[in-house]
Amino acid sequence: MGFEKFLFYVFALILIFAAVRVITVRNPVHAALFLVLAFFTSAALWLLIEAEFLAIALVLVYVGAVMVLFLFVVMMLDINVDPVREGFIKYLPVGAAVALLIVIEMGLVVSSSYFSGDQYSLTAHAADYSNTKELGSVLYTFYVYPFEIASVILLVAIVAAISLTMRRREGEGVKTQNPGEQVRVSRDDRVRLVRLASEKKN
Amino acid sequence: METLLTIIFILLKIIVVLMPLLIAVAYLTFAERKIIGYMQVRLGPNRVGPKGWLQPIADAMKLMFKEIVLPSRANRFLFVLAPVISFGPALAAWAVVPFGDGLLISHLDAGLLYLLALTSLGVYGVIIAGWASNSKYAFLGAMRSAAQIVAYEIAMGFALVGVLMAAGSLNLNQIVLAQQGSLLHWFWLPLLPLFVVYFISGVAETNRAPFDVAEGESEIVAGFHVEYSGMAFAVFFLAEYANMILVAALAATMFLGGWLSPFQGVPVLGELFAFVPGAIWLVIKISLMLLLFLWFRATFPRYRYDQIMRLGWKVFIPVTLVWLFVIGLGVLGQVGPWFD
Repeated sequence: MGFEKFLFYVFALILIFAAVRVITVRNPVHAALFLVLAFFTSAALWLLIEAEFLAIALVLVYVGAVMVLFLFVVMMLDINVDPVREGFIKYLPVGAAVALLIVIEMGLVVSSSYFSGDQYSLTAHAADYSNTKELGSVLYTFYVYPFEIASVILLVAIVAAISLTMRRREGEGVKTQNPGEQVRVSRDDRVRLVRLASEKKN
Repeated sequence: METLLTIIFILLKIIVVLMPLLIAVAYLTFAERKIIGYMQVRLGPNRVGPKGWLQPIADAMKLMFKEIVLPSRANRFLFVLAPVISFGPALAAWAVVPFGDGLLISHLDAGLLYLLALTSLGVYGVIIAGWASNSKYAFLGAMRSAAQIVAYEIAMGFALVGVLMAAGSLNLNQIVLAQQGSLLHWFWLPLLPLFVVYFISGVAETNRAPFDVAEGESEIVAGFHVEYSGMAFAVFFLAEYANMILVAALAATMFLGGWLSPFQGVPVLGELFAFVPGAIWLVIKISLMLLLFLWFRATFPRYRYDQIMRLGWKVFIPVTLVWLFVIGLGVLGQVGPWFD
């Protein structure tokens, strides 16, 4: 247990450090990279409580896909730091009030009986226990309706996002390419052999 | 004391896997230059050592003694970190690759998921390198690479979903065991479209020709690693080759029966080759897949960027989706000899 506890504190410290840096660091790219570090260490913490499926899914989805796209956008921004920091004092009271409210709310939620430690004791499993299998069997039996409904909502969101952003530009003067046509092109469409009578020197 | 012993044992296992891997990476660079040389009717490197066999060592020595130039106003920390980030996941992924029945570093039950997560991390090295270099060419290369890897990641993921449906497990050891029988029992046959999609996506994810627009030396000089020199460049180079070996090893494990002998179940040859250890078969299969990588580079011209995107999004993803349904039907109907 000693080594695991040591690992827990190491990862927890890194996590807190990274999370603080996300909101304090000036450069948005650095902030995004610290967020990546925060996701990574929280995945490591989840591994420590034998939730390996969730931990790997966190890395796969958030670090592997979401944050890549995030960085992609943030890197292209040219954010001038000084104007962003203007009016810091002016908005401080509002910000502080909101922050205080959130802290109180979170305190109420976390201190409630649902989050108390004695309700969720850490269960140790046998070596052949498969986290993935257990999750799957619960998802597709007990929670099948919520699961299916959530996936349909996601599908609708995908379709909506595509249909909202896609616009076909057609009309005069708009050049488009049709890859199907480009692929079907044969040599005869592009090359014309011309027979020329040889010329004579006179 | 017991924990200490466990840790030392794990470290030893890691060394046993990684040392041959690093030597293989060094000699893959040599093999590439030789093989492409022969394909182009040249000799390739043949001056250092007998038949040029010491060339990778000479290259390594040269790169080690070169100066690492830091571009002006580059982000020093991230600039040095980027090659390490692209190399690390390529090595870490070997933890779940089986070299024989149960011969693997970690018996991770969600092995396939772990692999998918790790291979998606490699892109950070490229992106961070492009951004930290403070150079337009490097940045363009990084942007291209990011868009490309996000596109092919999805097709790759779907191909792996097909494998896990066919094998009924995420554990790579179980996946190989599910292919037991003969050459025709391996998953390349029922999963042929996924095999092709996986391998081509693997070529695209490792930024190899003909998908090497992230480097694109004809238009953006060398892409994301244009500002790198000396050992920092070498680490990027090694990462690319380590990733190639990884993709080849995964293709061999998931579609070509991993450590299984191809003669299994064949009357005479099966017993004749029964003594060969599984690791040898795995190495042979990996080498064949790597040969394809090199062959691609010697054969195909570079894809146009919009064509790469079209192939990833509009061809591969629909193909994998359709084939997932086919596999689903096959598993449901228990079609033999694979799914019964």
